[in-house]
Amino acid sequence: MNTEMMMQLALIIAKILMVLLPVVGAVAYLTTIERKVIGYIQQRPGPNRVGFAGILQPVADGIKFIGKELIFPRMSNIYLFFLAPILSFAPAFVAWSVVPFDVGLVIADIDAGVLFVLAMTSLGAYGVLTAGWASNSKYAFLGAMRAAAQIISYEIAMSFALVGVLIAAGSMNFTEIVLKQQGGLFSWYWLPLFPLFLVYWISAVAETNRAPFDVAEGESELVAGFHVEYSGMGFALFFIAEYANMILISFLSALLFFGGWLSPFEGLGVLAEVTAFIPGLFWLLFKSAVFLFLYLWMRATFPRYRYDQIMQLGWKVLIPVALAWLPVVALMVKLGLLG
Amino acid sequence: MIQAILFYGFSALLLGSSAMVIFSERPVKSALFLVFAFLNASALWLLQYAEFLGLALIFVYVGAVMTLFLFVVMMLNVDRLPSGLSLPNRLALAFFVLIVIGYLAGVYQLTHPGSVLNIQNLIHEPTGSNTKALGALIYSKYVIPVELTALVLLVAMISAIVLVFRGRHPHSKAQKVSVQVAANKANRLKIIKG
Repeated sequence: MNTEMMMQLALIIAKILMVLLPVVGAVAYLTTIERKVIGYIQQRPGPNRVGFAGILQPVADGIKFIGKELIFPRMSNIYLFFLAPILSFAPAFVAWSVVPFDVGLVIADIDAGVLFVLAMTSLGAYGVLTAGWASNSKYAFLGAMRAAAQIISYEIAMSFALVGVLIAAGSMNFTEIVLKQQGGLFSWYWLPLFPLFLVYWISAVAETNRAPFDVAEGESELVAGFHVEYSGMGFALFFIAEYANMILISFLSALLFFGGWLSPFEGLGVLAEVTAFIPGLFWLLFKSAVFLFLYLWMRATFPRYRYDQIMQLGWKVLIPVALAWLPVVALMVKLGLLG
Repeated sequence: MIQAILFYGFSALLLGSSAMVIFSERPVKSALFLVFAFLNASALWLLQYAEFLGLALIFVYVGAVMTLFLFVVMMLNVDRLPSGLSLPNRLALAFFVLIVIGYLAGVYQLTHPGSVLNIQNLIHEPTGSNTKALGALIYSKYVIPVELTALVLLVAMISAIVLVFRGRHPHSKAQKVSVQVAANKANRLKIIKG
């Protein structure tokens, strides 16, 4: 290998670290913010003992996870038991490689970006399935079965919602999709594609197995669901993967339906000039933070869905709604109503 | 150079995991090796710059079909499959398949001289977005085969539903959503005066 190739390799690794480390940091603090936000919604302070007002809580959690003993249950399939956390951890982070943070601020600016993200998030189901099966435990197995059925069902609705975005933008490249939405708050895709946005958001919450669709964990009936037999870092990996997926979904919502890094005041005269100094990255992070807050808000507000109701909602409501809106989007594109 | 290394690496993994699908006696293990084989096949497609096909393979087969497959295999709770064929018979079958594949490769080699073993011929340079190219071909030149395939799949789906669905049992306790929604305080609560 010559020096030029080495430089290229170093550059790629540096880029990866520049995305990976902030994501891991965001995951760590999202867990604490979640407990804080839910705490305040339920009128209690939440974790406030470690550091000032609890800001060192994730550090304490991390040390505790590392210090815990790794337990392998008897009669479990040890290879798959070991592999399962990695199987759910790796795709959650690989998907970040095509997420742009601004024009050109992306590790891999590939043509089929949306498809790549869909392919990677659909791989996450394997971690859950193998974890449930390899644990040789009834609770874990039931949780895994529920999770698998739910992920497959909602993937269909989610893909159809994204097909609407692809039709509207005429591209599967994230940067192009965002740039097609130029022109301020009302030219972002949430407005013409509003039903698809609702379908996308609901199925995204179900896809990440979060409340109110978290029957895969269902602590009231399944103890902790698919990861009941995991301890220490094995459990931590599942946890990190879940939160990384949440952040990813929030970023995708911002990119696909809310104009990504574009300013909401674009084309509004004075307001646009006054806010012109704010970098695009701020808007993207701000929009994603709103969606993350929505996740936590939903968890604190809604009771858990019953399993058959989840299936009913996915197959009989979300998929028909998405299918019905696709011709409308196609018509809007043909009539030139979109950008 | 790097492409050649990647090509041979993924091909070797593909062949190895495909062999493990057959030789493994545990169904769950076989299914997981099949998943791994799909991933390697998709990597080979990506090496050919066919990113749409490669990612669609992962999305459709790995993400949906194999998840359902694994779901069913795990539910069956069969730890080990009884092997149907004895080892000599299996080897004989494998030999037969090998001869057929070798024959096909030989025919290809004769009609396209020097192309099978030359890696450079297997790698095509990118020619724009292949999603667009694929869409343009599927919905113009190959529109009738595509629609026929769709029809076949539809028939398969309907027949699967017909085979499985036997109608509602007359006394089943399935909930009726309309009744649940129509319920109100008056017909669920009764005030008993003590």
